[in-house]
Amino acid sequence: MTDQSYSAPADAVARRAAVRAGLKRRHLGERIFRVSGIVAIVLALGFVAMLFTDVLRKGIPAFTQANITLDVTFDPEVIKVDPAPVRTEGQSDAEYRAARLGWERQVAMLNWNRIIEAALRAAAPEGFEIDSRQILTIPETDARHRVREIFVNDPSVLGQTRTVTLLASANTDNWAKGNINRDLGDAQQQLSAPARTLIDAFEQEGIITQGVAWSLFTNVDSRSSPAAAGLLGALMGSLWMMLIVVVLAVPIGVGSAIYLEEFAPKSRFTDLIEVNINNLAAVPSIVFGLLGAAVFINWFHLPLSAPLAGGLVLTLMTLPTIIIATRAALRGVSPALRQAALGMGASRTQMVFHHVLPVTFPSILTATIIGVAQALGETAPLLLIGMNAFVAAVPATPVEQATALPVQIFLWQANENRNFFEARTSAAIMVLLAFMITLNAIAIFLRSRLEKRA
Amino acid sequence: MSNAEHIVTAYSEELLTLAQSIAEMGGLVEAAIENGTKALITLDRELADLTIIADQRIDEMQRRIDDMAVSMIARRQPMASDLRAIITAIHVANDLERVGDMAKQLARRSLKLEGISLQPSFYNGVKNMKALVLRQVKDALDAYANRDAGGAVEVCNRDDEVDALHTSLFRELLTYMMEDPRNITTCTHLLFCAKNIERIGDHATNIAERAYYLATGKQLTAEVQQLQRQQIKI
Amino acid sequence: MDMLAGKVKMTTQTLDAAMDAAMNPAANPAALIEHPIRLTARDVTVHYGSKQALHGISIDIPDRAVTAFIGPSGCGKSTFLRCINRMNDTIEGARVGGRIELDGEDIYAPDLDVVELRARVGMVFQKPNPFPKSIYDNVAYGPRIHGLARNKTDLDEIVVNSLRKAGLFEEVKDRLAEPGTGLSGGQQQRLCIARAIAVGPEVILMDEPCSALDPIATAIIEELIDELRTNYTIVIVTHSMQQAARVSQKTAFFHLGNLIEKGDTEDIFTNPVNKQTQDYIMGRIG
Repeated sequence: MTDQSYSAPADAVARRAAVRAGLKRRHLGERIFRVSGIVAIVLALGFVAMLFTDVLRKGIPAFTQANITLDVTFDPEVIKVDPAPVRTEGQSDAEYRAARLGWERQVAMLNWNRIIEAALRAAAPEGFEIDSRQILTIPETDARHRVREIFVNDPSVLGQTRTVTLLASANTDNWAKGNINRDLGDAQQQLSAPARTLIDAFEQEGIITQGVAWSLFTNVDSRSSPAAAGLLGALMGSLWMMLIVVVLAVPIGVGSAIYLEEFAPKSRFTDLIEVNINNLAAVPSIVFGLLGAAVFINWFHLPLSAPLAGGLVLTLMTLPTIIIATRAALRGVSPALRQAALGMGASRTQMVFHHVLPVTFPSILTATIIGVAQALGETAPLLLIGMNAFVAAVPATPVEQATALPVQIFLWQANENRNFFEARTSAAIMVLLAFMITLNAIAIFLRSRLEKRA
Repeated sequence: MSNAEHIVTAYSEELLTLAQSIAEMGGLVEAAIENGTKALITLDRELADLTIIADQRIDEMQRRIDDMAVSMIARRQPMASDLRAIITAIHVANDLERVGDMAKQLARRSLKLEGISLQPSFYNGVKNMKALVLRQVKDALDAYANRDAGGAVEVCNRDDEVDALHTSLFRELLTYMMEDPRNITTCTHLLFCAKNIERIGDHATNIAERAYYLATGKQLTAEVQQLQRQQIKI
Repeated sequence: MDMLAGKVKMTTQTLDAAMDAAMNPAANPAALIEHPIRLTARDVTVHYGSKQALHGISIDIPDRAVTAFIGPSGCGKSTFLRCINRMNDTIEGARVGGRIELDGEDIYAPDLDVVELRARVGMVFQKPNPFPKSIYDNVAYGPRIHGLARNKTDLDEIVVNSLRKAGLFEEVKDRLAEPGTGLSGGQQQRLCIARAIAVGPEVILMDEPCSALDPIATAIIEELIDELRTNYTIVIVTHSMQQAARVSQKTAFFHLGNLIEKGDTEDIFTNPVNKQTQDYIMGRIG
C-alpha cells in the first residue's frame, strides 16, 4: 500500500464539477414535481371528501324513520264480515280460493281508518280537540292496509287489542325530525296545528319513536304513501339488468376479443373493426338509449321499461369496455408461452383456451366487474327506454315493468315533498355508492388474489 | 485431487483414457529398455530387430496422446488439475518417446558389435545401470500416476547415482581402449550406449519433474536443491 | 484420473478405440455404421416480408445423432431450425420455399397436419418456458391433447418416465403438484425437455438450450443430450463452438443466411475447407 491518496486527472475533476453544477437545478425540479403531485392529489381527494360528506350528512338521517306504536282494538262494530271461509271436504282448490278472495274483498271494503282513528284517539291526551281528517294525517296512509293484513292473517283478533307499530306519515316524520321550520305560519305548514301539537305530545310520551327505516329496503316505490316508499323494486330491476349484462356481455365480449386478437387475419377490415370498437367506448350513453328505444322497443317490440330491454342496452354499452380490456390482456401474454404451446403440437384454439385465457383471467374478471359497476350507475339510456315511469311493483321476471336504482334516485329527486325526499334521495345515493364500492372492492380483491397465485 | 466425477461422463472417460494411454506407453517403454539392454549384452540379433520394430508403436502412441490432448483442450476448456494433467501428459509422452528411441539405439548398436566379449565386470556395470534407470522410469511414472510429489523429488535426487555409474563405466571403457587399440571401435559404440542409458535416466528425471508440477502446480528446481542439501546433511 | 498404483492393463485395440472415441465421438467404431438420414432439406429459402433470411439451404440430418448448427448472430440458423417444425408459420409475413422431407414426406404439403408434425418434431427453446401449471401438468399436457394415454395410470407412467429420461425425476418427485415456474433455470429447461419427450417425438430441435443457463446446468444438459442421442434425432443450434464440438457428430456452419460448410464435427473443427468457416472458428474477422 502506498501513502499517496488517489488524485484524479484534470478532466475527470472538471466533469464532476460540471455534473455538480447542474445537480441543484435537477433536484429542485424534482421537488417541484413532487409537491405538485401532492397538491393535485389533495385537491382531488378533497373534492371527493366534500361530495361524500355532503351525501352522508344528508342521507344518514333518512335511515331512521318515525314510527307510531299504538294499541289497536279490532272493534267488531266496525269489522262486520262473515267469518273467514274454512276448507271443507271435497272442496276443490279453485273453489276455496274463490271463496277466500270474496271474503278478502269484503274485508277490504271495511272502513279500517275508523279503527286507526280510534286507536289514535285512545292514545291522545284526554279531551284533545282534533277532527278525523286532521288526526289521520299523522300515520301514513298505508296504516289501514297494515292493520287489515293483521286481521286477514289471523281473524281471531276480532274483538281484541293488539300493539301495532305503524309508519308515521312523511309530514309527521318531517315535523318530528325538525326538517321543517317550526316558525313558519299555518299557511306554509303541511300539517294542521292540532296535528302538530298532538305529534309533539305523542313524541313526549314515546308513542312516536325513531326506528330503523327498513321500509327503504323492503318496500317498493309509492306515491300514495311517501313514507313507505322504498328501493326494493329499483334494486330488483338493477339486479336483473346486471345479471343480463353479465350473462350476455361477458361471453360475447370475451369471445369477440379472442377472435379478433387470435384468429382473425390481419387486414384493413379488422383494423376498421378495431377503430370502431374503440370509438364506441366513447359514445355518449344517451345515444345507446336512443338506439335501444329504436331497435329493442320499436322493432323487436320488447316490453317497455323491462329489465330485458334495459339489460340489452347496457350490454351494448359494456361490450366495448370488455372487448378492449380483453384484447389488451391477450396482447400482454408473453409470446414465449404461445410458442411453447404451439411447439407442443397444440392447435390454435387449444393454445388460446388452455394457456392464454387462464393467464389473462384475472384481468378479464377485473374488466368485467368494472364494466358491470359502470353499467349499474347509468341513467340516461334507461330513461329513454321508458324506465322513468313510476313502477310500484317488484319485477319477478325480466320482462315485467321495472325501474333501476339510478332512475329511482332521479325520480325521487323530482318529488314535491322536498323536506322528506331530500334525505331519502341521499340515502338512495348512498345505497348505490355502497353497491359500486363493493363491486370495485371485489374486483381489486379478486385480482390481487388471482395475480398472487399466478 | 478431487474425487468427484465430472458432470459430463464423457469428459471423465476421456481423462481416464489419457491416463491409461500414458500407463500403456510406459509399459512398452520399460519393456523396450529391458529388451534393448539384453540385446546389447547377449548380442541377440532377433531381439534387437524386435525392439527396433516395437519402437514404431511407441511413436504412434505419442502422436495419438498429443492429438487427444489437443482435442480435449479445444473442446473441454480444462481447468486447474485437469489442465495440468493434460499438458503434462503431452510432455511425459514426449519424454517416453525419447526413452523409447534411446532403447532402440541400444538395439541398433548391438547389431554392430559382432563377436566381441568384454570383462564380466563391464557387463555387470551395464546391468546395474539398466536396473537403476529402469527403477527411475518406473518410479517416475508411478509418481506421475499417483500424483506423489515426494516420490517425484526422490527420483530427481537419485539422478546423481545414475551419473556416478555412468562416470565409472566411462572410465572403465577408457582403460579398455588404452589397453588394446583394436577395442577402440567397439568401446566407442559402448560409450555411446552408456551415454544413452544415462540419458534415459535424465528423461526419467524430466518425467518426475512433470509429476511434481502435476501434483503441486509448482515447478521443481528450487525445492530439489533444498532437499538435496538436506539429504547431504543427513 | 484415479489410477491403480500398477498399470491398468488394456488390450491394444480397446485402448486405441478409446483414444479414437475420445477425439471424435463419431469415429467410434460402433458409430461407424452410417445412421440413416431422417430429414432432408433441399434449397430451402425463407422470406420475412421482402427481406430474404435464408438462401437455398440443402442438408441431410442423420438419425440418432446430434447435428449442430453454428454461426454468428443473425445468420439464419434459428430460422432454419424453425422451418423444420413449421414454427415460422406463426410469424406474420414469413414465406418458406424449397422442400423439407421427414422420412420422405414433404412437411410443407398442403394436406399435412401441422399439429401432427409438431407431435413428431419437438422443440426446446432458448429461454426455458414451462407452462404456468404444475410440474405434472406441464409434462402431461402433450400426451393429453394428443390422446396418448388411455387412463390416469398410463399418464402417470408417461410423466414419470419422461421426467426420468430428462434427469429431473429425483429432484422433483415429491413436488409434482408445485408450479413448474418455481424451479431453477436449469431445472426448468430440463422440464421443457421432459415435456418435449413425453409426446414421444422422433426429432428434437433445440434452439440454444443452454444459453440462459449457468455452467453447471449447461453441463447437466449436455450430459442429457449425450444420453438422448441414442434414442432421438437431435438438431441443436448453438453459439458456443466448444459445445458444438463436444456434443455433436455433424456440424453445419451458417453465415448471412447461407450454409457455408457442413460435415463431420471433427473435420469442421480441425480442418475446415472453407476460409470463412476457419475464420469463424478461430475467432478472426475476415
